[in-house]
Amino acid sequence: MNAFFRDVIVFLQNPGLTHFLIISALLFSMGIFAILTRRNAVMVLMGIELVLNAANINFIAFSRYTTGTFDGQVIAIFVIILAAAEAAIMLAIVLNIFQNFNTVNVDEINQLKD
Amino acid sequence: MSHETILTLSLIVLLLPLFNFVVLVFFGRRLPRQGDWLGTSLLFVGLALSAVILYTKLTAYHDETIQATITWVNFGNVPGFGPMKMDLGIMVDNISAIMLVVVNIVSALVHLFSIGYMQGDVRYGRYFSYLGVFTFSMLGIVLTNNFFLMYVSWELVGLSSYLLIGHWFEKKSASDAAKKAFVVNRVGDVGMFIGIMILFAQFHTFSFDAIFTGMQAGQVPFGSEPWLTAAGILIFCGAIGKSAQFPLHVWLPDAMEGPTPVSALIHAATMVAAGVYLVTRTFAMMTADALMFIAYIGAITAFISATIAIAQNDIKKVLAYSTVSQLGYMVMGLGVGAYTAGFFHLSTHAMFKAGLFLGSGSVIHAMHHALHHSHDHQTDPQDIRNMGGLWKKMPITFWTFLVYTLAICGVPFTSGFLSKDEILAGTLAYGNLTGNYFIPIIGFFVAGLTAFYMFRVVILTFFGEHKDQHRLDSIHESPHVMTIPLILFAVLSFFFFFTGNLNPISVQGWFVNAVERPVSVVPAGVAAAGKEVFEESLHHAHAPAMVLSLIVAGLGMLVAFATYYWKKINADAVAERLKPVHQFLVNKWYFDELYEFVFVQGTKGIAWAYNWFDSKVIDGIVNGVGRWTMAVTHGTKEAWEEGHAGAIAYMVVMGFISFYAGWVTGSALLPTAVGVWGMAGYGLLSLGVAGMTFFLFYVGVGGFDNKIIDGLVNFVATLAGFFGLLGRKFQTGKVQTYLAFAMFAVMVFFLWFR
Repeated sequence: MNAFFRDVIVFLQNPGLTHFLIISALLFSMGIFAILTRRNAVMVLMGIELVLNAANINFIAFSRYTTGTFDGQVIAIFVIILAAAEAAIMLAIVLNIFQNFNTVNVDEINQLKD
Repeated sequence: MSHETILTLSLIVLLLPLFNFVVLVFFGRRLPRQGDWLGTSLLFVGLALSAVILYTKLTAYHDETIQATITWVNFGNVPGFGPMKMDLGIMVDNISAIMLVVVNIVSALVHLFSIGYMQGDVRYGRYFSYLGVFTFSMLGIVLTNNFFLMYVSWELVGLSSYLLIGHWFEKKSASDAAKKAFVVNRVGDVGMFIGIMILFAQFHTFSFDAIFTGMQAGQVPFGSEPWLTAAGILIFCGAIGKSAQFPLHVWLPDAMEGPTPVSALIHAATMVAAGVYLVTRTFAMMTADALMFIAYIGAITAFISATIAIAQNDIKKVLAYSTVSQLGYMVMGLGVGAYTAGFFHLSTHAMFKAGLFLGSGSVIHAMHHALHHSHDHQTDPQDIRNMGGLWKKMPITFWTFLVYTLAICGVPFTSGFLSKDEILAGTLAYGNLTGNYFIPIIGFFVAGLTAFYMFRVVILTFFGEHKDQHRLDSIHESPHVMTIPLILFAVLSFFFFFTGNLNPISVQGWFVNAVERPVSVVPAGVAAAGKEVFEESLHHAHAPAMVLSLIVAGLGMLVAFATYYWKKINADAVAERLKPVHQFLVNKWYFDELYEFVFVQGTKGIAWAYNWFDSKVIDGIVNGVGRWTMAVTHGTKEAWEEGHAGAIAYMVVMGFISFYAGWVTGSALLPTAVGVWGMAGYGLLSLGVAGMTFFLFYVGVGGFDNKIIDGLVNFVATLAGFFGLLGRKFQTGKVQTYLAFAMFAVMVFFLWFR
């Protein structure tokens, strides 16, 4: 039992590529969960941001542990900027939805079905 | 008691308030009385343990530093940096043991006081949980032995301050004050972060010990001493933000929107002391330039806020500016090299300033009840002009308040006298050593101002006549749970506890023996005056400083009594005569207006400029392209139909030019290996493109465009509609269903096309 705890602690103390990939996978799945299950449109947008950040962590982790260059980090900065611009547009869309339908509940915005 | 025991005890002291926070946050509603007894008793247990730690440390291990470090994470070999390891650890040395006791005393007594003050409050339980997380963070700052944990706790303390100031967040001024406190603190923290990173980039570690050892061995950041000065000044920036020094002092008076016990705990005794504590911790790495910067900032701060305090009418605002001024004193003391004096003032100030705030809380509580009793919701219970004659009705509050005021003015027999005297002697010693007398002059002048405004508050609040006799009748003393902390703080403001020496004007005792100025690890070229030199000068400056400070304090008190008690000087007439000066002071030197203009309006101006560029220039280009296309198509149509020879000729020529351009582009693009056939092929291609362009112009103009092109488009649309009808079942109209289908498709792709 003690050996197991010690192994866990040693595992946590020496991060490698796997640790970052696990975190990125967790964040990604949480983001997808938010996108698919939240009723409020703004919450869906938060899920999208989570997904983008998970991809960012992936980029950075691979750049750090596979090649020693900084390509992944630069790409991550690009992604952050693009995510910001995209968030602005998404919020504008949500605002327009609200002005038209008077709700931001995505379950009620289903007028495209007929 | 061994090293391990002391370390374990200090860990327990650290974690008890965190445990308190977690329990109260999750189970606070279900506990009887929302858990205030839990918080208070845990804090008192922590206080007992920290007293034990202090006693053991000072008797058994007086000159040692007890530390424990664990590896938090080891990043291995980072490309471009080297091996990188991050450690966490705690250290118990004399100053952290003393700070443990100070923080715990103030926190425990504030908990006790809050039980009475916050009775019936709408968020009673949450208040106590936030007090718990604040105490935990503050103890984190005190106990840590590395910059990283200090920065984390630093931010946590800022967060707790935000939560506690904004306790009554329904009031807009309170939530604004909370945001202001957090943002201004953050500005200071940016500087601190840069300073920490400079040190980390050089020494590859966050631990104080390792960095100081490296400096002693001769390593300086980036190999140059100016960088060391820069690192010192930047780390002090964090203290500027946290300890409300000029220019980041603007958040502390606004922070008075929070409950008074919060002001006592955070903005008088502990959080604002964290900045001073940081300077004491990093004192050894400060160069002479950095120390001079620190001393000047402290002196300027002390001066500015003391002048503002004499013109304020809200009792808490006066105390807030007084706190800023005394913090300036502490920082000034550290900057001139009087390390022990600065830390001494920190500890004594914590006691009497917390007492002052709690005393004012007691007065405000009584005024509130009296106003509520007479259904008066207009009068401000915190305005000292509405008070008067309270000394008969609230005796305990009055006598303890008087003790605190005597302590802050530096009257003998109090602890404040000893610490203030030490700082003033230090500034005088600095003046004698460097020939720069600006700082001692400011120090003594501010001492006089302090005596004046504090006694102004005492006289206007407790003496004199109360305007409304009916209101005065319904004022009564606060309950025991609120007066006991006041009495305890008053007892702690006497000189005896800090020296153990029966001589009231001598500072020698356990405290000054425990807190010794550390040896500077800075390279000799840029170090400040050494310990021995400074103490020699201090020895000579002691007596004149004591005499001068007594004279100055006495003058301040005399002027205050003459103006407000014996009414020999008319304060309103003086304010009228010096109206511009008075307005300048009442409006807090217009700092808020200045920051509003520079930063807020400046940001809005930049945003307006960007908006102009975006709507006029970029949208202009986009719209312009669209309009040009429209003009071309309309133009060609009209030209053909109306038979404008010139325009038709122009179109033909454009057709030939586009053919030629296509030929040239085609031949420029061809790969070098391809021979004459490739060239011919490209040429034919460009011919076709150019011809097609001309043909489309002609066709479009002739109206065939509408039939052929539109027919094609309509056909594709009908096809799409047909297939769409097939898949109609999938159309629920809900975006998330579509997303789920998309995800499913992606997963199928991943699994099938490995």
